[in-house]
Amino acid sequence: MSLIAPAGDGAAQNGVAAVGIDALPDGAQICSCNAVTKGALAAAIASGEATTVPQLKACTRAGTTCGSCVPTLGKVLASCGVEVSKALCEHFSRSRAELYEIVMATGLQTFSEILAGYGTGRGCDICKPAVASMLATLAGGHVLDGESATLQDTNDHALANMQRNGTYSVVPRLPGGEVTGEGLIAIGAVARDFGLYTKITGGQRIDMFGARLDDLPRIWKRLVDAGFESGHAYGKALRTVKSCVGTDWCRYGVQDSVGMAVALELRYRGLRSPHKLKSGVSGCARECAEARSKDFGVIATEHGWNLYVGGNGGFTPRHAELLVSDLDTETLVRTIDRYLMFYVRTADRLQRTAPWMESLEGGIDHLREVIMEDSLGICASLDEQMARHVRSYADEWAAVLDDPDKLARFTSFVNAPGTPDPTIEFVDHLGRRVPAGMKDGQPTDLSSLGIDTTPAPTPIAGPTIPVGAPA
Amino acid sequence: MTAQAPDHDVAVRTHPDSTTDGAEAKDPRPEPTAPVAPPRTDGWTSVCPLERLQPERGVCVLVDGEPVAVFRTRDDQLFALHNLDPFSGASVLSRGIVGDLGGTPVVASPLYKQHFALGSGVAVEDDSVVVATYPVRVVDGTVEVGGCG
Repeated sequence: MSLIAPAGDGAAQNGVAAVGIDALPDGAQICSCNAVTKGALAAAIASGEATTVPQLKACTRAGTTCGSCVPTLGKVLASCGVEVSKALCEHFSRSRAELYEIVMATGLQTFSEILAGYGTGRGCDICKPAVASMLATLAGGHVLDGESATLQDTNDHALANMQRNGTYSVVPRLPGGEVTGEGLIAIGAVARDFGLYTKITGGQRIDMFGARLDDLPRIWKRLVDAGFESGHAYGKALRTVKSCVGTDWCRYGVQDSVGMAVALELRYRGLRSPHKLKSGVSGCARECAEARSKDFGVIATEHGWNLYVGGNGGFTPRHAELLVSDLDTETLVRTIDRYLMFYVRTADRLQRTAPWMESLEGGIDHLREVIMEDSLGICASLDEQMARHVRSYADEWAAVLDDPDKLARFTSFVNAPGTPDPTIEFVDHLGRRVPAGMKDGQPTDLSSLGIDTTPAPTPIAGPTIPVGAPA
Repeated sequence: MTAQAPDHDVAVRTHPDSTTDGAEAKDPRPEPTAPVAPPRTDGWTSVCPLERLQPERGVCVLVDGEPVAVFRTRDDQLFALHNLDPFSGASVLSRGIVGDLGGTPVVASPLYKQHFALGSGVAVEDDSVVVATYPVRVVDGTVEVGGCG
């Protein structure tokens, strides 16, 4: 156990964290949402008011809005000499990695058994989704099967992303960002018929907003019939593998980046993990797919593929680091398999790959030894676990559509099925259909500068551009 | 790899056009299939069979036109709270994760994760915020919700 888990209180981890936090001046803002500085946090800790992350949140408001700085709060506590518990929550004294090891070793299949054997109380919104994620990669099965359904965060429970007014957004998978004309027409028809606001995502997909809980099965019936499957935008799971057009179209491409991206996305789709996973594949070093801002990024070379790991955008942007160069396709895929499964087994809850790698004693060199030189003797087990994932993948939405019990969850009122939620209203927001009320922000209005931000009406038939030699 | 190729035989990229053609393919909001039961004179509303409530999860029901979240805990206790999350203004509490904090049964709002005590409706993070609670009981296997308590 202690061999493969990240060193919970290892000197290297504390060393790395301490250097990062200690280097910041007291005036450095840790929580941007509530403007809380490192000095304010340190004062709360020094006064004895806060000795845990929840106490620090309660007395300073830091980390109570978007939550992005919560991991940093733990580091501030550590740098002030407070020992931070690795316990998952009040119901489990062990860390996520330790609990994962236990569930893997014991073969326990349900939250109730795991709680009875290794926890206390009834569980909460921290440990339940964490255990659900572990069971997804260990016990398998549908996330809405039996007791598992009760463990899921609301997004996994509805297999869609809850937005601020309680409606959902829907993202079908477009492997590698590819979509056919017919596919676009099918998605467009769904958006039109259900009145959904559509937007292109940063991961080369199409997000459709404003679906009521009751609409989701009918929306997905249409999407599944049109050949689409769940994009897992709602899950702590593989999201997208973004790609450039590579050798198919680009004069500079040196490998088939689209084909690689599609293959990787289809291989890892549905993989539940400690946090979301994003990827990208670029067909040459110009890096149009921005693969180095991904949890795992692949960049083509003349001789094969370079693999970068531990990148992300978001609150603390990180460039991925080069793990290994010039891999052939088979070795590339095997290395990513092991990297992802090692991460799934040993990361903390909601820890992206960059902080996970930082927490590994020995960092990227250690990671390379584990997954390329098998220094821990676990590669066969990692390979087997990923093979099982790939074998057992099934589209979650197609499975729901075939199961009346699961479909019954998608109703606003159990005593009035079919009655739409009367609290949901939309308004026109400078041409966009958005939830009514609740947010203070005003629509961006630049008319005082003579700039019209109202979108032009969508053309029914687009203008044509004359082609050919001028007359 | 046939990116952008007009080849619709690959399983994940097959998009039959039949699903987007014609009026019957359109899917407007359906009429309600089961109207709310008429109000009773004794102040209780029958909402669903007990089996419809999965332990450690909630459902939403309509009581006198108000959305009410009904929860069943592992020990078969029932609780009912108004479904409106006071922090977000959205009608979503029934879709939160049920559990306990220090032994008190709670639901976590699915939007900003504040916890509400199922018994009292008090927000754990800010006890000045209280969600209305409703009496709830089981009669002959049917869950009934009373007027706002």
